[in-house]
Amino acid sequence: MPVEPWQRGGFGLYVHWPFCEAKCPYCDFNSHVTASIDQRRWADALAAEVRRWAEVTPGRVLSSIFFGGGTPSLMTPETVDTVLRAAQDSWTWANDIEITLEANPRSVEAARFRGFAEAGVNRVSLGVQSLREGDLRRLGRLHDVDEARAAFDIARKTFDRVSFDLIYARQGQTREAWRDELSEALDMAADHLSLYQLTIEPGTAFWDRRQAGGLRGLPDEDLGADLFEMTQDICGAAGMPAYEVSNHTRPGAESRHNLVYWRSGDWVGVGPGAHGRVTMDGARRSNAGWLAPGKWLGAAEAGNGDESIEVLTDEDRDAEYLMMGLRLTEGLDVDGLGAVAKDPRFHRSIDELIAQDLLWARDESIGATARGRLLLNAVIAELMPD
Amino acid sequence: MSTPQSRIRNFSIVAHIDHGKSTLADRLIQLTGTVAERDMKEQMLDAMDIERERGITIKANTVRIDYPAKDGHTYVLNLIDTPGHVDFAYEVSRSMRAVEGSLLVVDATQGVEAQTLANVYTAIEADHEIVPVLNKIDLPASDPERVKTQIEDVIGIDASEAVEISAKTGLGIPDVLEAIVKRLPPPHGGDPDAPLKAMLVDSKYDQYLGVICIVRIVDGTLKKGDRIRMMKTGGTYDVDDVGIYRPAMTGVDSLGPGEIGYLNASIKQVRDTRVGDTITHERKPCDKALPGFKPSIPVVFCGLFPVDTSDFEDMRDAIEKLALNDASFSFEMETSAALGFGFRCGFLGLLHLEVIRDRIEREYNIELITTAPSVVYHVHMRDGSQHDLHNPADMPDMSKISHIEEPRIKATILVPDDYLGDVLKLCQDRRGLQMDLTYVGGRAMAVYDLPLNEVVFDFYDRLKSVTKGYASFDYEITGYREDNLVKMQVLVNDEPVDALSMMVHRDRAEMRGRAMCAKLKDLIPRQMFKIPIQAAIGGKVIARETLSAMRKDVTAKCYGGDATRKKKLLEKQKAGKKKMRQFGKVDIPQEAFISALKMDS
Repeated sequence: MPVEPWQRGGFGLYVHWPFCEAKCPYCDFNSHVTASIDQRRWADALAAEVRRWAEVTPGRVLSSIFFGGGTPSLMTPETVDTVLRAAQDSWTWANDIEITLEANPRSVEAARFRGFAEAGVNRVSLGVQSLREGDLRRLGRLHDVDEARAAFDIARKTFDRVSFDLIYARQGQTREAWRDELSEALDMAADHLSLYQLTIEPGTAFWDRRQAGGLRGLPDEDLGADLFEMTQDICGAAGMPAYEVSNHTRPGAESRHNLVYWRSGDWVGVGPGAHGRVTMDGARRSNAGWLAPGKWLGAAEAGNGDESIEVLTDEDRDAEYLMMGLRLTEGLDVDGLGAVAKDPRFHRSIDELIAQDLLWARDESIGATARGRLLLNAVIAELMPD
Repeated sequence: MSTPQSRIRNFSIVAHIDHGKSTLADRLIQLTGTVAERDMKEQMLDAMDIERERGITIKANTVRIDYPAKDGHTYVLNLIDTPGHVDFAYEVSRSMRAVEGSLLVVDATQGVEAQTLANVYTAIEADHEIVPVLNKIDLPASDPERVKTQIEDVIGIDASEAVEISAKTGLGIPDVLEAIVKRLPPPHGGDPDAPLKAMLVDSKYDQYLGVICIVRIVDGTLKKGDRIRMMKTGGTYDVDDVGIYRPAMTGVDSLGPGEIGYLNASIKQVRDTRVGDTITHERKPCDKALPGFKPSIPVVFCGLFPVDTSDFEDMRDAIEKLALNDASFSFEMETSAALGFGFRCGFLGLLHLEVIRDRIEREYNIELITTAPSVVYHVHMRDGSQHDLHNPADMPDMSKISHIEEPRIKATILVPDDYLGDVLKLCQDRRGLQMDLTYVGGRAMAVYDLPLNEVVFDFYDRLKSVTKGYASFDYEITGYREDNLVKMQVLVNDEPVDALSMMVHRDRAEMRGRAMCAKLKDLIPRQMFKIPIQAAIGGKVIARETLSAMRKDVTAKCYGGDATRKKKLLEKQKAGKKKMRQFGKVDIPQEAFISALKMDS
């Protein structure tokens, strides 16, 4: 029996904290602005969900934990600690377990960094988003550039590993302006950078604004492609090549937790709207927590916070394996695929995509070329099972 | 029990679209109490949805109205509502032969239109007595005196006693009824004891009764139980039922000379009946058929293909059902490399094409791709043989062709002076030769000799757009003439797209090819590779565009929680691709075909 992706992709825990101080106009994540939060209740409910999942996944070795949101840096260190202790009681931890927390780069939250570190967090991912004041305001962020740099410096001293996010392909952004901003970001010596092109998603304030004819000066397809290619070149030259479509690091410093997703490993998801993928008795199950925070909290306290759980079909599993795996520079192992790999049409499509310089194949692996990565949706659509 | 001929008046109504024909018919039916008030609806006589919606009549309809006239006698008035469109010119001419007079309805705010002219001439040819009726005189914009002068000048009939009405308000309707009785002649010469001679005016398919024929009795008497023969098609049938329309079907014992009604004889499909055929008794036939019979011949052809290839069998079923009721369109299966299985269909004209296509789409819920409409070319080969070419895809090797002839039309266009320049330019651009140009009352009448193939695309749309809708247009096919015609192919990524092949005049080929390539460049979405789009005649490329490759189509963020949602988006993207047609490696959305074939917008 070959080792299946879930066995070799790592085992992670995702914890969703759904609250923010303000909703950003580009964000379509499950986040809510609430006046007061009962941290104790939330901590206990999250911990209970962790224990519920631990019971059905005995013997697994936890390789990563990720606090996402929302704004998890609004959790108190005590809340983080409660959840981490529950996880520690539940599973054996890998010696080099990676524990990441997403944080806003503000002084208020930086004051808690020490507490997070003491609870066990060893990596933070800062939502810097831009190093330009005007753009920070347009993106609806509550921090300014100096505050972000200060928070970064504190994080650097407090945690083993620090990553930060930038959003580019913004309104009116030129090639030159992005080159300068990106160089400044690289000079800050983070060990990991997430560089996302601005995407206008349905259900966001930006979407409505664009529908109403506003939000001018967004880059067209050609400029977007140029900015992406520039980003690859600049980061590559700085020793921070892309290991995933939007994620850069020096080799060895990849986000282990995110690799679980992209390598189709197993992860437990707890919290409102959190998704998980856990393989039990040979079946890969997909679960999702109730989306509304109040609804989830009540359900979790009553014993189960999930709105749904279902077994993925072979087709769904293959589709996700392709969709996630091709995002990685390392590509994916074809032997991790099920039925789709037995379809001759799949192999014909691969040959065609290779001929068009969109895919490469090496031994048992396939991956997207530089050109293919920019057209990844179209490439995946070619390969996905019907 | 037949009505004496002196108390019968048979008539039709000639009018341009929107000039109020159907409304007038409604009022006549209403005022004489033929239909109870609560059963009235608009356009009583137009049965099909499409007829009602587009305000056009496709099938002939008839209604019998009993009218107690001022002279104390009750008259039987038979109205035949005829198709008004040029596509159905032959059917109109048959319907006209079945009656003795016409009401010429003209909108007093608009005046005479091209279509009115064609139909009124048909009525004059049929020796009709014509009563002009000016409609919409209640509107402030109406100008009855000017329109009367126009009727006299353009049509050449006396309009001094035109009846002025408003079909909408009912004003003047009693005067119309009196005018029908007093001014239109009764049927003449019919002999009730002579062998049966009846004209088949039209027929339609009823899903419960089979084919119902509208007939006009000339001589003799038609009764239930009679065995009849169609003199041209040769079929013999037992008459199950005879009756009249009021407008609901109402059975009667017999129909005598001068009367109009229906017969039902368990005929299975409309194809077995031919408009204009003569019906007689099998045992005691009349000696001579009525003159002027001609079978209808399709003049415009196009391919119809289901957008969803799995709809093909449903489409076959739909076409066969429609054919039950329409003998004038032809169809045969066609296979296209690009579009899969479909049908090559022949129509009487563009309206006919649209009507059939709309009915398949609407009544049977099948989305269709329509290929470029084509006319019938006469291809003369070097070996002396001649072929009718219905489909550019069937074009023989050029080296074996001696010459090609195309159908020409005589087009009559009536337009306000202000727009004349644009109309003349349009006709010239379409290879038209001016035959006549006259002015009547602020309006110009241009008569052009045009190739039909220049008209079948979008001539009428263009005409309406350059004249802001003020022009009216009508045409008749005049014959065939040789010209320098070639087949133009379109190649996408070096693959010929058969559905976009077309016959064009050599002098216009470059222009058409360039326009087509430019249009396709906008219509085909960018793909993962660059795509040459070419127009070619034989092996020679005459126009070329390049569609550059798509550069960016990637999701910026995709983590564990996004997997489910992003997968759905990709599935949608894949499904969208499947709805497109594949040409080699290129996906072309079906809207591209329809849009590409419109020449300019």
